[in-house]
Amino acid sequence: MYLKQLSVFIENREGRLEEVLDVLKKNNINIVSLSLADTSDYGLLRLLVTEPEAGRKALSENGFSAMLTDVLGVKLRHKVGCLQELLEVICKSHINIEYMYALETGNDDASIVMKTSNLEKATELLKETDVEFVTQDEIRETV
Amino acid sequence: MIWNESKECMSRDEMHALQSARLVKMVERVYYNVPFYRKKMQEMGLELGDVKGIEDITKLPFTTKSDLRDNYPFGLLAVPRSEIVRVHASSGTTGKATVVAYTRKDLDLWSECVARAFTMAGVTREDTIQIAYGYGLFTGGLGAHAGAERLGATVVPMSTGNTKKLTTMMKDFDVTAIACTPSYLLHIAETLEEMGDLDKVKLKTAICGAEPWTENMRKQIENKLHIHAHDIYGLSEVLGPGVACDCEYHRGLHVQEDHFIPEIIDPDTLQPLPAGETGELVFTTITKEGLPILRYRTRDLTSIDYTPCECGRTTARISRFKGRSDDMLIIRGVNVFPSQIESALLEMGEVAPHYLMIVDRVNNLDTLEVQVEVEERFFSDEIKELEKLTKKIATVIQHAIGLAVKVKLVEPKTIERSMGKSVHVIDNRKLI
Repeated sequence: MYLKQLSVFIENREGRLEEVLDVLKKNNINIVSLSLADTSDYGLLRLLVTEPEAGRKALSENGFSAMLTDVLGVKLRHKVGCLQELLEVICKSHINIEYMYALETGNDDASIVMKTSNLEKATELLKETDVEFVTQDEIRETV
Repeated sequence: MIWNESKECMSRDEMHALQSARLVKMVERVYYNVPFYRKKMQEMGLELGDVKGIEDITKLPFTTKSDLRDNYPFGLLAVPRSEIVRVHASSGTTGKATVVAYTRKDLDLWSECVARAFTMAGVTREDTIQIAYGYGLFTGGLGAHAGAERLGATVVPMSTGNTKKLTTMMKDFDVTAIACTPSYLLHIAETLEEMGDLDKVKLKTAICGAEPWTENMRKQIENKLHIHAHDIYGLSEVLGPGVACDCEYHRGLHVQEDHFIPEIIDPDTLQPLPAGETGELVFTTITKEGLPILRYRTRDLTSIDYTPCECGRTTARISRFKGRSDDMLIIRGVNVFPSQIESALLEMGEVAPHYLMIVDRVNNLDTLEVQVEVEERFFSDEIKELEKLTKKIATVIQHAIGLAVKVKLVEPKTIERSMGKSVHVIDNRKLI
């Protein structure tokens, strides 16, 4: 149900992001989606990759602080108001969105990746609607 | 002007005789009243009769900062608690403060020393002086305050923190003298400059101390404010500000030798060094009652000149400091040991004890950044959690050293490790 997101701590230093990507490349791991959050001193790279566990291991071995986090991937139709309707369901139950980014999944739909303050409850609420979740297998088979 | 000619200008022979007599009495006093010193002397096989004069001072045991800490808070007092009228304290290396105590007579000799120092800087009873050192447990504020009052000057007890109010009062009260840290004085000068008020103040002299500064900084201060800037030295373990100060000739700081005997030793062999050679400064107090100290190792590196000064004073002069024989840093006038930060981080248990302190001076104010490695087990995918961690580390360090710090999270294993003396500090201030 959940997607395994690979999160990496990156100092604001020249070339660090490139080095992360280099490690993934050398391990034949494909990036399906990413988001980069920046502060004045460091950045937080969040990735959806084809092999999250292998990615984490490779990055750790290369001296990076990396971890796997459960996030939710939800498919959305290309239609005005779709995301708003989805969030309405979650927000009514006082669940916060910690962060969110987009995921390309095809011509007819797009997907959203998010982490919420209560992942289980958000999932239950969404299950009651007609939304479709993105699975880890789909991420792996994207390529 | 010389505040106390009979003491500050006596011949070297007279000074020797006075120091010898006072030292013998002082050794007797600590032997009978301070078990710590009696034990140390007994262990060394030293008997009271062995110290007959100043030439025997090298036979006496040393005292270090950790001796004060180990006897926290009042273990080294040579008088009953009822005789103590004031205590001061500075932050210690392991959270415990270094406590010093004064009898009424101690406060009296302290203000005498400060009055002598301020007189060297040209301050008289006609002057209005702002004391812009912190008032409180730190010896700077109250120490300078009492000396200025004894001198008869008009004292404005500013303390620190409100530069705007300070500059306003400097103008409105026709302030002619100020006592503060040199970096703060430069900051004040810049504030005056920004407001276009540099020519509206009547300042003529400054007595700066509590942190190391260079001859260049003195020139900068003097040129910007058109004043004379003097260097005052002191440490709470020995007295507080006023142990030494430089006169109008700026050829070293005159030590108040009738109260404190200075020595220079090799910090490695602990053997005395001849006059003129650079080594660690050591002080023995010979008049203090509450907390007399034998051969206190200041860790400050300097040399001594016993030749008479053009100003007429004959007291020994210590040269501008050339560094320290330990890793203590003075940041915004606060003594900081890297080990304080290390133990604070270890106690917190949430981060690796690998850290790097970066000290800098921005707009004449010291800044301290502490870099801490983010280990995988403390890492989070949420910025807000990382910010929470940063804040927590900053609070813990601030609590340990008494200074606000900027904490920067860095990647694991990026801070250099070495088998020997690891580099924990980068000081970009270039003070020496």
